[in-house]
Amino acid sequence: MSFNLLKIWRNEKSREIIVQIIVLIIFGWFISWLVGNVSGNFEKLGKDLSFEFLFIPAGYDINQYLISYNNRDSHLRAAVVGLLNTGLVAFFGIIIATIFGLFLGVLRLSKNWLANRIAYWYVEFTRNVPILLHILLWHGIIINTLPHPKQAIDILDVSYLTNRGFYIPKPIAEAGIELFYLFTIIAIIFAILFNKFSKKRQENTGKQMPVFWINLMVIILFPCIALLLNNFPISFSIPELKGFNFRGGLHLSPELIALTFALAIYTAAFIAEIVRAGILAIHKGQREAAESIGLKPDKVMNLVILPQARRVIIPPLTSQYLNLTKNSSLAIAIGYMDLVATLGGISLNQTGREMETMVLVLLIYLCISLSISSLMNWYNYRVKLVDR
Amino acid sequence: MKCHDNSYGGLKMKIKALLAASVAGVMFAGSVLAGTLDDVRARGKLNCIINTGLAGFAAPDDKGNWQGFDVDFCKAVAAAVLGDANKVSYTTATGKTRFTKLAAGEGEILSRNTTWTFSRDVDLAQTFIGVNYYDGQGFMVPKKLGVKSAKELDGASVCIQTGTTTELNLAEFFAGNKMKYNPVPIETNAEAQELYKAGRCDVYTTDASGLYATKMSFDNPDAHIVLPEIVSKEPLGPVVRHGDDQWADIVSWVLRAMMAAEEKGITSKNVKKLAAQDNKDKEINRLLGKDPLQGLSKLGLSADWAVNVISQVGNYAESFERNLYPLTIVRGMNALYRDGGLHYIPPIK
Repeated sequence: MSFNLLKIWRNEKSREIIVQIIVLIIFGWFISWLVGNVSGNFEKLGKDLSFEFLFIPAGYDINQYLISYNNRDSHLRAAVVGLLNTGLVAFFGIIIATIFGLFLGVLRLSKNWLANRIAYWYVEFTRNVPILLHILLWHGIIINTLPHPKQAIDILDVSYLTNRGFYIPKPIAEAGIELFYLFTIIAIIFAILFNKFSKKRQENTGKQMPVFWINLMVIILFPCIALLLNNFPISFSIPELKGFNFRGGLHLSPELIALTFALAIYTAAFIAEIVRAGILAIHKGQREAAESIGLKPDKVMNLVILPQARRVIIPPLTSQYLNLTKNSSLAIAIGYMDLVATLGGISLNQTGREMETMVLVLLIYLCISLSISSLMNWYNYRVKLVDR
Repeated sequence: MKCHDNSYGGLKMKIKALLAASVAGVMFAGSVLAGTLDDVRARGKLNCIINTGLAGFAAPDDKGNWQGFDVDFCKAVAAAVLGDANKVSYTTATGKTRFTKLAAGEGEILSRNTTWTFSRDVDLAQTFIGVNYYDGQGFMVPKKLGVKSAKELDGASVCIQTGTTTELNLAEFFAGNKMKYNPVPIETNAEAQELYKAGRCDVYTTDASGLYATKMSFDNPDAHIVLPEIVSKEPLGPVVRHGDDQWADIVSWVLRAMMAAEEKGITSKNVKKLAAQDNKDKEINRLLGKDPLQGLSKLGLSADWAVNVISQVGNYAESFERNLYPLTIVRGMNALYRDGGLHYIPPIK
C-alpha cells in the first residue's frame, strides 16, 4: 500500500493533481473559516445577516434618477437608481473616451510635429495625474467659473449654463409619436440590410456605392417624414428660471458632467497609447504594400492598418473600459449619486448593514465588469484573424 | 503600453479599510466585549473616536492638539479612569465610518456629535450613555438671498453632509411642506462648505451647532444667517458598544459628574479646596470622595475620580464656555433644568 502511494507521488502527472487538490482543500478551508468566523462573531455582536432592509423605505432623496423615485421608495429601488447612474456615466464615458482616444492615438503617430507633440504632452500629463484630481478639477472649474443661475449664460433663450449645471430643452413625446418610433426602426433595419447588400454587390461586381451617405440620409429622412405625417408630435420643455433655480428642461448636473468628462479624458490618454501600440504593431510592409497598390492614406488606415491593429487593441481596451467603470465609484467625492453613494453610502449608514451592503456593491461591480468583459471577448472573437 | 495601473482613489482604499475593519472587528469582537476598563488600564490610554474636524467640537489647534467639546469628554473619561486627561489617543471618523469603527474596537468611546435614535441604539447594538448636547437640524443661507424662513426654500439646491440623520429630516421637512429641492450630498463637512461657498448650493444644512461652527470658519461670517427653523430633534451624545455595562456606567456617570459639578458650583478652580473640606452639601462630599459613595468600587474607579475630571477638564459649563461660546452658541436647551434647559441629573447618592 505504502509502496503504491510512493509510486503515485513519484509520478509527475498524479503528483500535480495531488498538489492541486491539497491547495484547493486549504483554500476551501480558509474560505469556510472566514465565513464561519464572520457569521459566528456577528452572532456574538447580536447582529444578523439579513437583506430585509432592502425592502423598507429609503427615506432619502436622490437628485438624479432615470427611473421614477421618491423618498418613500425602498432601499432596493434607491440602489437601482444608483446603479443606473453608474451605468449612465460609464456608458457615455466609454463612448467619449473611445472616440477621443482613437483620435489622439492616430494624432500621436502623425508626421506633423505640432500635432504629434500636442498629443504626446496631453497623454503624458493626463495619465500621470490621479483620476480623483481630474474629477475634482473639472467639478471645481464648473462650479467656480460658471455664473449663478440668476446670471446664467444664455444660449438662444432655450439653454443655460450655470454653476448648478447645464439646462437644455427636453423633448416630450405626444400622441402620434408611435409612427416616429416605427419609422426609425424601419430606417435602421433598411440601413443594415443595404450595407450587407452593397458589400455582396462589391464582392461580386467590384462596384462601390456611397453606402454611408445613403444610409445617413435614410436614417434622418425617414423619421422626419413620420413627424410631418403626424403633425410634429414632439413638444419641448424649455428651462425657465423660477425662484432659486431653473425648472423644466433637461438638467445635466455639474457632478454628472465633471465625472463623465474627467473619466473620459483620463481614460482616453490610456486608450491613445493602446491605439498607438496597436498601429505600430502592424509591420510596415503592410502599409507599403497597401500604398503600392494605390490606396489613399485614409483607405490605408481604415482598410488595412486598423482592422489588423484591432486584434492587438481590443484586449487592453477591455481593461480600460473596466477601469473607467470601476473608477466611476469615485463619484462620491463630488456628490454624484452612483451605486456606491446610494447603496454603499446612505443606505449603509441609515440601516447600519455594512456587511450586507458592501457585499452587494462588490457583487454588482463584479457583474458589471464580467458583462463588459464577455461583451468585449465576443467582439474580440469576431474580429480575430481567421487561421487558414 | 507602459504598465500604468490607474487604481488611485481614496474611495477604494476606504472600502478596503471598511471591509478590513469589519473583518477585524468581527475577529476580535470576542475580546473587546467585556473588560473594557481593564483593557484601557492595561494599555494606559483611552482610544476615542472623534469628528474629522468641526470647530468647537473636535478640531486641532495651532499646535496640532485636538480641542473641542467632544474632545473634552474623551479627556474627562481618561481623567476618571486613568487619572490623567492627556492619556487619550484619538481616531477620527466620518459620519459613515463611525459606527463601524466603534464596532471594530478602534475606540472605547464614540464622542462625535452622534444623534441618539431608536435604530442606532437597538439595531446597531450600541449604547447611548446620555445626551451632552441637545441639537437640531437647521439651515444656513447667504444673507443676500433675502430668505427669512426655511419655508421659503422651495426649489433650492441644498448641500448635505451624508452619513447622518440629516438626509431623512430634510426629505421629511420638504415633503411635509410640499416643497421641492435638489439635494447635493457631500462626504465631509469641509467639502460641503467649499461647495456652499462656491455657490453650488443655496442652502447648507446640518445640525445647528455645526452650522454655527461652519459659519465662524468663513472669512465673512456676517454674510450668512442661520434660519430660525429647527426641523428635527438631534440629541447628541457619546456612544459605547453593547455588552459591557460597567464601562457604559462609567462613561455615563462621568458625563453626569460634569453636569452635577456645574449644578453644585464646583469648578476646576475650587474643586481641590472643596474636596479637602467638609461641605454642608453632602452630595458634594460624595461626588468628590470625601464621604463614601456606595457602589463606586463596582465601577472600578478610585475615590478621586470626579476630582480628576473636574480639576483637569472642568465642569460642563466650563467645557461649554471654553469651546462653544467662541462660535456664538448660547446655552439655550443645553442649560441646566433650573436655568430653563433640559439637563436634569439624577442625584449622586
